[in-house]
Order: sequence, then structure tokens, then C-alpha cells
Amino acid sequence: MERRYVSIWFRHLETDWFTVRYPHLAHVPFVLSAPSHGRMLITSLNPIAFAKGLHSGMALADARAIVPELEVMDEDPGLSERFLNKVAEWCIRYSPVVSADPPDGIIVDATGCTHLWGGEQPYLSDIENRLTKNGYHVRAAIADTPSGAWAVARYGKNTLVEKGRLIDELIPLPPEALRLEDETVEKLLKLGLNRIGQFINMPRSSLRRRFGVQILEKLSKIIGSDLELIEPVIPPEPYHERLPSFDPVCTAPGIAIALEHLLKNLCLRLSREQKGIRTCVLKCYRVDGKVEVIRIGTNRPTHHVQHLFKLFELKLGEINPGLGIELFVLEAPKVDPHVPVQEKMWEETGGLNDVRLSEFIDRLEARMERSSVKRYIPAERYWPERSFQTASSLQEISPNWIIDPKRPLQLLEYPEKIDVTAPVPDYPPMLFRHKGKIHNVVKADGPERIEQEWWISGGKHRDYYRVEDQDGNRYWIFRSGHYDDKNYQWFLHGYFA
Amino acid sequence: MSRSAIIEVLQRDILQLQGYKFSGSTSVYDLGPMCEAFPSGAFPISSVHEFLISKPEDYSATGGFISALLSPLIHSNGAAAWISSSRKIYPPALKSFGVEPDRIIFIDLKQEKDVLWTFEEALKCNALTAVVAELSELGFTESRRLQLAVERSGVTGFVLRRESGKVNTTACLSRWRISSVASDPIDELPGIGFPRWRVEVLRMRNGKTGVWIASCIKGKLEITAEVNLTANKFSVGAKAG
Repeated sequence: MERRYVSIWFRHLETDWFTVRYPHLAHVPFVLSAPSHGRMLITSLNPIAFAKGLHSGMALADARAIVPELEVMDEDPGLSERFLNKVAEWCIRYSPVVSADPPDGIIVDATGCTHLWGGEQPYLSDIENRLTKNGYHVRAAIADTPSGAWAVARYGKNTLVEKGRLIDELIPLPPEALRLEDETVEKLLKLGLNRIGQFINMPRSSLRRRFGVQILEKLSKIIGSDLELIEPVIPPEPYHERLPSFDPVCTAPGIAIALEHLLKNLCLRLSREQKGIRTCVLKCYRVDGKVEVIRIGTNRPTHHVQHLFKLFELKLGEINPGLGIELFVLEAPKVDPHVPVQEKMWEETGGLNDVRLSEFIDRLEARMERSSVKRYIPAERYWPERSFQTASSLQEISPNWIIDPKRPLQLLEYPEKIDVTAPVPDYPPMLFRHKGKIHNVVKADGPERIEQEWWISGGKHRDYYRVEDQDGNRYWIFRSGHYDDKNYQWFLHGYFA
Repeated sequence: MSRSAIIEVLQRDILQLQGYKFSGSTSVYDLGPMCEAFPSGAFPISSVHEFLISKPEDYSATGGFISALLSPLIHSNGAAAWISSSRKIYPPALKSFGVEPDRIIFIDLKQEKDVLWTFEEALKCNALTAVVAELSELGFTESRRLQLAVERSGVTGFVLRRESGKVNTTACLSRWRISSVASDPIDELPGIGFPRWRVEVLRMRNGKTGVWIASCIKGKLEITAEVNLTANKFSVGAKAG
């Protein structure tokens, strides 16, 4: 069969990507820039900027002088490769063999696919329309060879090249269409060879002598005498299991059996690939068309069937089977690499790294609210209420807990007002009254001044004292504000052990 | 075999049937004179202990005493859970009782019922070394379930109970009341010294009741002196044993 290839050219790939995310950029001149040798250079630009006479490789300062209203953003290195791979995966709808063709294109092997769209012209239009609708400036062309399609997409007048008519189409194109190195192109142009037709029929030996082997390779690839291989993208297979049932299932044990079966299959695949589930969703498709969904999450990647089953078991009651369920689908939208744990001869408690602990917390979080389980690590702040923060994972450890100065074991969420008798400014109080009870201060330490974090909140500083009363109870009290302020106030903030 | 030796063996057997686990000869604690209160001469781990709290000052004192007990249990690698529906513990302060605050998993729940469920589940999880729960009500049946859970898993449980009038019987191994007393001065210097508590054992199954003074010096628990007070003053909960 005659081979046919489509080349898709993204004219303004990177700027279009930004424009899709920030729609206001669509109507202003907009460029991306990157530093190079101590100055900023334009790396890509949108059609409006192009129309104003800017071009890539220009110094940003010059461009700003020409177009003062220019919008500039930093270039994101590697964006085009990432984006092209994504689009290539999407293009699998057009053909099973698709390849990203950096820096700005995609090659689709359209052999035997176009009749499904009713011909080559509708096929090309469909590709162009869908991508344009998503906000990308594209041009697609179809030809007998990948390089031929590439050349026609970028330089050709007619984007649909009939079978066997590629050479005719190539003749009027400039030498850049061969994807030659800049140096070779310059040489060709200097010699007045500004169309491919002028040198395509020259003797091969003289071409090689003057321009190197490369030009011959490119020529034989473009006319199809050398086979050009393309490397197709292989999309990752989603972690997904289905189980259709012959008769509708409407009992709890039936659902449990189905779930266990699905989990076993999914976990088998995960364990082979050394992956573990972080979130997992069970979808039950009912006979009447409704879908019942339950989802679970885990604290560390796991492919332990019993554990996952237990997590689901707590939620199985939420499924309303109605008239019966005819299809079960188990999906794992989030998986992480799972490093297998060394088997141990003797069982011992592994503390925070113990799998049993994270399994316990998973079960707890499946039943209670997710926010109910907390672990704390220190935060480098003096303000007592903000001196610790929630740890993001069970493994996050910080050894820098501060012992000195002493902090109370019990801290009141809201400091409580107290009445205090203090002899002289900045001396510890002699007695204080809290909820009607008078506490005589026997021993005291302080003051410890803690200032407000002015960059977060305003307010008065606090002067803290640790005091012990006649019964041996120890308190943490503070005066908010200076003693000579008229409106200072004393508070009880905590109880020491 | 002498008569006393036979009795000792029999007593040991009875204790084992009652769910005690003898953890070899050495104990992780050095509780000094308090040891004679315990059935096997060492603080019983793998059991549930109950602490009564009547005022906010006691909450801190009890929290401090429990933290000092947790410290050798957690040691360098363990983990503990602290379950509550109204927690006021300030995590950074745990460090001064020898507990790394990041080794404690705080579980804050909305309802008392959930606290009980979580407590039982946590006690069954032998990756934890100890579990602390704050409860106001604990029935006999529930406490029996807790005791059965720890006998199987070996986790040590501590219940902080807010005392509300009448105190019912529970299957917990012991019942304590901790209150603050004047601090232990550091090198005779003025100011507040090391925390010191009055430790009252109201009930100890197969053990003795009594009152001791404990202080926590640099994160280590030291039982310094026994207070000999007349027994009738503490007859409220001391009848069990």
C-alpha cells in the first residue's frame, strides 16, 4: 500500500499555549523571552507581534522600542516537547502511529486511515479544525513521505499532495524546506539556487562535493527512495479494571466478591510494575443507567489487596444497587512508585515507617474526616500559637524541637482574662484572680517578651511570666502591651505540668 | 519446694491467666519506691491505665506524667497516638518530658463515640507502642473490650478521664490521680524548677495503692519520696486492689 503521512505544523506553539491559559494575550502583541549572553532574546512570538515586524532572536530591548505595549513572559524550557507528546497522544484518534516532531510539529502515519473520514481532504480539515478550535494556529499537509509532508506543511501552497505528485509540488519550494543546516542553505542561496527544482536533478556526486552528504540524504528521504522511520508515541495504559456481570448484582456479598476480584487483578499488575495505589475509585454501573461511585485514599502507595479491600469495605454500605449492577469498573487515578519492603524474620515495630501504622491511619481516614489525623513538626517562629505546623507525610521528621524557653503542656486556644496585682513595672505579679479564685504567686520566672510578627498581624507584644501558686500549680500568664500603656491587659494562656 | 515458693509460682500463674505479660527481667522504667505498688514489681505495660482529672491544672499534670511514662516506651523508634475530642495539649511542650512531638500522631475527633472506636482500633494496631485517649465516660463493657485488645496486641493504653461526679467501675488495670505540687528547685535557685507531682494510685489490680511524689528532671521521671499519709484520707477509691 502507498504510504501517506500528515505533518502538523504549530506555527506559534509556545505563545499559543500561553494564550490558551491567559486569554487576554490573544489581542495584544506577546512574546516569550529567555536570557542569552547577558541580555534577553525573543524566543517565540504570537501572530500580532509577528505582524508588527518582530522576529525571534531579536533582543527584547529592541522589540520594546518598536512595540512599547509588548507583553513579555519567560520562556518555559522543555514546554514544546512536553506539549507535543501530549498532542501526539491525543492524535492517536487519527492513526495508531503518531510521533512528536520537535520543535514545532507532529507526524501522523495516515496510511489506510483517511477513508474513515471520507477522504484525505476531510481528514486534514478535521485535524485543523479541532486544533484551531482549541486555540492553536496549525497547518496540516499530507504527502507520500514524512519529510515531504513537513516541507509542504510549512512552505507549500497546496496542502494536499496527491499520490506520486510530491516531486512536482517540491520543485517551487525554497531549499529550507529540506530541513538542511543553516550553513548549507546559505551556500545554496549564495549560488542562486533558491528553489529545490534548480538542484534536485543535479548529479549526486557534484552535490555531495559541494554541500556534503547531508543534502543527498535529505533529498532521498523526501522523494521516498530512502525509508524514513518515525518513532510512534506509546500512551501509558491507564490503571483500570472492568468486570461486567451476566446477571445484575444487587447483594452486598456480590459487590464484595466483584470488588475483590477487581482489586486482585489491578494489584497484580501494580506489583509487577512496582507501583502502589494512592487513590482508587470503584464505579458501579446500574441497570437503570445510574452510576454509584465510592473512592478511597491511602497515606502511602500500596498494592496490598486485603488492606485496600478493608478500606473499601467501610464504604460499601454507601452503594445503592437499585435494581442491580451490571458493570463494575475499578480505576486508580493516582499511583506512585512502590518500593518493596525487605521481608523480616522477626516482627518488630517500625514506628512511623511501619506499614501497619499507615494502614491503620488509612482505615481511620476512610471512616472519619481526613483532617482529623495530624502530626506536627516545628515551625521556626516564636509566636506560641504558630510555632508548629502540620507534617505533610508520616515520614517527615524534624529533630529541631526547642526545649528552652519552657512552654506549657496545655495551651488555651483563647487566652482568658485575669485580674492581676503586680508591684512594680515588669515585676512578676503578686497574685492573680482567675474565674473568681485568687492565686497567690509563690515562685515566678520572667518576663519573656514575644513580639507580634508584624508582617502577619499587628497588635501588642506579650510579656510572659511563668508563675507557681500556693497549691503548687504552674501557670503561663502574660501582659498584653506595655505596663505604662493605659489599656494593657493580663491573660492566662496555659498550664504547665 | 518451699511453701512460699509454691505460692509465688501460683500467684504468677494467676496473673498470667488474668492477662499480664511478664516482659522478662528488665523493665524500661526505673520507678524506684513506686515499684512495690505493681503486681510484678514493674510498671505494667500492655494494659490500660486510667487517670482521673477534676480541674484544668490536673490535665497538665496528668499529661506531663503520662508523657514522662511514654518517653521510654517510644524510645527512639516508636510511635504513639493521642486521641481526643477536645485536645488542649501543646505539642512543642512534649519535648521537655523526653517525647519527640513528631512521634505522636494526634487524632482530633468531633464525637466522644468516635474517640472510643478509634481508641479500640488504635490499641489493636501493634505498630503503635502506646495510645492516649481523652474520654469523659467509660463503661465497664467498653473498658473490658479495651483490655482484651491490649492483651492481644501488647500496646499500652492511657485513658484521661474528666471526672464528673460518680466514678464507675472499669476493667482498667489501674486508676490514678495526678496533681501538681510545688516544683523541685534547680540548684536551690529561685524561680520555677523541675515539674513535680503528687501521684496517687487509687486502684491497682493485684497491687497496692499509695501516694508518691514524682518529679520530671530533664525528661526523666524520678520518684523521689513517698508521702506517708493516713489511709482513711484516701478511702474513696482505695478499696479496690
